[in-house]
Amino acid sequence: MAFRTDLEDTIVALATPQGVGAIALIRLSGPKAIGLTNQVFHGKDLTQVKSHTVHFGTIRDGERILDEVLVSVFREPRSFTKENITEISCHGSPYLAQQIIKLLIRQGARPARAGEFTQRAFLHGQFDLAQAEAIADIISADSEAAHRAAMQQMRGGFSAEIKRLREKLVHFASMVELELDFGEEDVEFADRDDLRQLVEELQKVIQALIDSFDVGNVIKNGVPTVIAGKPNAGKSTLLNALLQEEKAIVSDIAGTTRDFIEDELILGGVSFRFIDTAGLRETTDTVEAMGVERTQAKMKEASLILYLFDLKAEPLTEILQEVNRLENQGIPFIPIGNKIDQASEEVREALEKRGDFALISAKAGEHLEVLKELVLAKTQLDSFRTGDTLVTNVRHYDSLLRTRDSLGKVLEGLAVSVTGDFLAMDIRQALHYLGEITGEITTDDLLANIFSKFCIGK
Amino acid sequence: MFAEYDVIVVGAGHAGCEAAHAAATMGSTTLLITMNMNTIAHMSCNPAMGGVAKGQIVREIDALGGMSGIITDKSMIQFRMLNRSKGPAMWSPRTQNDRMRFAEEWRLALEQTPNLDFWQEMVSEIMVENDTVIGVRTQLGIEIKAKTVVLTNGTFLNGLIHIGEKQFGGGRAGERAATGITAQLESLGFETGRMKTGTPPRVDGRSLDWSKMTEQPGDENPGKFSYSSETTPLTEQRSCYITYTNTTVHEILETGFDRSPMFNGRIQGLGPRYCPSIEDKINRFAERERHQIFVEPEGWNTVEIYVNGFSTSLPEDVQYKAMTQIPGFEKARMFRPGYAIEYDFFPPTQLQSTLETMGITNLYFAGQINGTTGYEEAGCQGLMAGINASLRAQEKDPFILTRSEAYIGVLIDDLINKGTEEPYRMFTSRAEFRILLRQDNADLRLTEKGHTLGLASNQRFLEMSTKANALDNLRKNLETISVTPASADPHLEAAGTNTLREKTTLAKLIKRPQINIGHLSAMSTDWQKATEDTNQDILEAAEIAIKYEDYIAREQELVNKIQGLENHRIRQDFDYLRVKGLSSEAREKLIKQRPETLGQASRISGISPADISILLVYLGK
Repeated sequence: MAFRTDLEDTIVALATPQGVGAIALIRLSGPKAIGLTNQVFHGKDLTQVKSHTVHFGTIRDGERILDEVLVSVFREPRSFTKENITEISCHGSPYLAQQIIKLLIRQGARPARAGEFTQRAFLHGQFDLAQAEAIADIISADSEAAHRAAMQQMRGGFSAEIKRLREKLVHFASMVELELDFGEEDVEFADRDDLRQLVEELQKVIQALIDSFDVGNVIKNGVPTVIAGKPNAGKSTLLNALLQEEKAIVSDIAGTTRDFIEDELILGGVSFRFIDTAGLRETTDTVEAMGVERTQAKMKEASLILYLFDLKAEPLTEILQEVNRLENQGIPFIPIGNKIDQASEEVREALEKRGDFALISAKAGEHLEVLKELVLAKTQLDSFRTGDTLVTNVRHYDSLLRTRDSLGKVLEGLAVSVTGDFLAMDIRQALHYLGEITGEITTDDLLANIFSKFCIGK
Repeated sequence: MFAEYDVIVVGAGHAGCEAAHAAATMGSTTLLITMNMNTIAHMSCNPAMGGVAKGQIVREIDALGGMSGIITDKSMIQFRMLNRSKGPAMWSPRTQNDRMRFAEEWRLALEQTPNLDFWQEMVSEIMVENDTVIGVRTQLGIEIKAKTVVLTNGTFLNGLIHIGEKQFGGGRAGERAATGITAQLESLGFETGRMKTGTPPRVDGRSLDWSKMTEQPGDENPGKFSYSSETTPLTEQRSCYITYTNTTVHEILETGFDRSPMFNGRIQGLGPRYCPSIEDKINRFAERERHQIFVEPEGWNTVEIYVNGFSTSLPEDVQYKAMTQIPGFEKARMFRPGYAIEYDFFPPTQLQSTLETMGITNLYFAGQINGTTGYEEAGCQGLMAGINASLRAQEKDPFILTRSEAYIGVLIDDLINKGTEEPYRMFTSRAEFRILLRQDNADLRLTEKGHTLGLASNQRFLEMSTKANALDNLRKNLETISVTPASADPHLEAAGTNTLREKTTLAKLIKRPQINIGHLSAMSTDWQKATEDTNQDILEAAEIAIKYEDYIAREQELVNKIQGLENHRIRQDFDYLRVKGLSSEAREKLIKQRPETLGQASRISGISPADISILLVYLGK
């Protein structure tokens, strides 16, 4: 059980490098690659399409649309791994890609190990031995790198939390094993109600860790935040004011910013990835038109939009109309009235009365603190600001899901009073999956724990 | 004087007897050499067989066609099914045995085994040519040739007995140690180590006050070990008794600690943590005010009593004085003092999964020589070594059991891949697939294999097939016979479970925790008729198969998942130096232990999943 190598598994991984590129590519390989993708894809029925074809559609988590994507389908054996392969091209946000991978894991895919696609290709005879040696090197190097990365992630709260959980679970497992292997001994056994409480407690913590995966990713990669608004509303000025450095090109000519400029801002311990955008307006300039199009795409994948209104130039009715439209889009946004120092009394009063507007002057740097507070509140990340444990690694997430499922079976078992041998089976599974995060656990751990704590033996 | 044998077995304990019986039954000419023919199959320690995990092993030995089950049945004086309340995977048969009769039954059985000869003498060395064993040389200088040799020396290799500050050479109290073999094997490149075990005092049952102890009788409806119809359950049984030590006992024992070989460093070998001496218990668990003592009769007729739980190597006067403070032991007369024994073993990572040594071809090790403890652990190794030595002599393919097939597979796989620091005892928790490795299905798992080997008789195979068919029929009946709410509800209510809304199959009812197979007859006359002549064991086996089928199926799925690695064999001449990317620790261990499959490799400590991935690539598909 220490090692899953099953070629029957369908594996999934991000095929493009981590980081923000225009496009992210998610690859699945294995017997169920096409079926699994089809389960979350709305468009053509992928199980019916020909090999080497590309299909447009959406990826949906239930009713929620995650992204518009292109899916390439390769049928065995005419693929890199000689297995069924699908490649999902989505928009290039690591956050989004993780969301899609997470969804696929929930559907039954397994995160690929380092070099596993290549390894499968080899196992299916795609390479000769010389190439295989090169692959072995890659596996070795990659797994080292992955290990290093994992170790880094394990620093701080996460590793301590998992360690604490594992110890509790080992103790729990030992108590059950004690009862099973040493039933004749003069020792006290675990009370089932205590066990149930313990498992429920574990479930809560693990569920919180699982839930933190979303938040964790957001924090690791930054909350994608788009500053949008009509041209010359002061978007770059605001970004600069927030960053307090000259990163975007600021000018008085509408349309200066033609591409995205990203930067990170840490507010209250949370990282926000700010994306400055080209202004939203109908334009005839082709270069700028492309920028606008991409801005609209960016807005779709943003977790937060800071929508900037030029209070000097835009009439109140238009502003309120636009706010209505944004509200209907369902993306969290903060309406910002810029150039408050140049606004009319009427506009200022109306917006102050509404209460949901941040009224600032980006250029003068006025009321920016209020805006920052609003940003933080809006993302509702306050509780995760400091110290709390976060799960950011997709493999850890996978292991936690499986741990949770195994613990769920333990609870089911307890509910119908199954005997210790069956309880132990699911506890061991849970321990096994936790072990995938922390390193190995063997039955020797349980026995050692028993022998150290209880006086056993005739 | 001797012709060349197919198989020579050295030692006639539990391992040696099973090895000799298996090899001879499979048609190999076999010689069993023992230092003393009067102590063949002597139970050196407690007069009991089976127990948790060990009982399953005896069932497996029996299912394969070994003798331990039958001998145990013929000599038992009490039978208990332990852990009945703890789930079907935990049910564990255990017997108390008549020590003298056990040995006698074994000896008689061996005497009646065709192809089997005996020789009483000490083997002082093995004869080796070209790294291959070709026979043994005895103390008298006799050379006996053989195609294969199985060493089952138990605690006799350089055995050293400790009682208090006294120590003397011996393989067992009253018997001399065996010398020569360790030194020779060391010179042949084998690693060796020392282990320690111990045994409690024996006393005169007539001197005990039984009224001060709690009686522990056998089961009301006793079972037996062997699946074969050759043996029958007991109609009369002997009881054991339970009493406890107390602080006075502990204080007296402590007065001897300065003369204890355990504490003054005289004993070097590592003893088992789960079978500690009484002084060890007091020392490590000082907060405990009492420890349980099991008072076990040694047989039907003898007055000798085994004081289980009081294993000690303290000076005999301290043993005696402390013992008389135990309730019921006030006037105890001691027959034999407890003692500790140190002996040589060979770290089992030097073995292949057939129990053949990696260093010397055709040489097999089984039992305590491999660092295990327990009659059952020894017996099953002897069986496997005997089978494989015989197969080798007959130039046939080896016989290996996997971890998902038998506790025997778990035991050998653990030994050869992980080795052991302390005497290795089986626990159910060592088996990752224990839901599948139950005492009720060892015959279904193994008898066909034993039959194919020529070990399990036709009769046994027939009985197993009949059981399998009966189980199928019961299963069909459970799945097809339905009961109405009217006929079932009163019984369901009485059992404390929900009543029915509609007609329901018996299979569904039996899955309720509160319902067992015994409830069904009252609910359904169809079922009652169908099972009138079915015996209890088979009914229970059917109940287990249906009641827990979801768990069983899930466990089977896990087995299937790892099967890929288990089936992926590694050539024995595979050159690990050629493999780039392996960690140096992994490379070193792989070269040393030479795993036979990728599954085995993955269980060697220090081998990471990445190492396995790399091997997978190199080995190709």
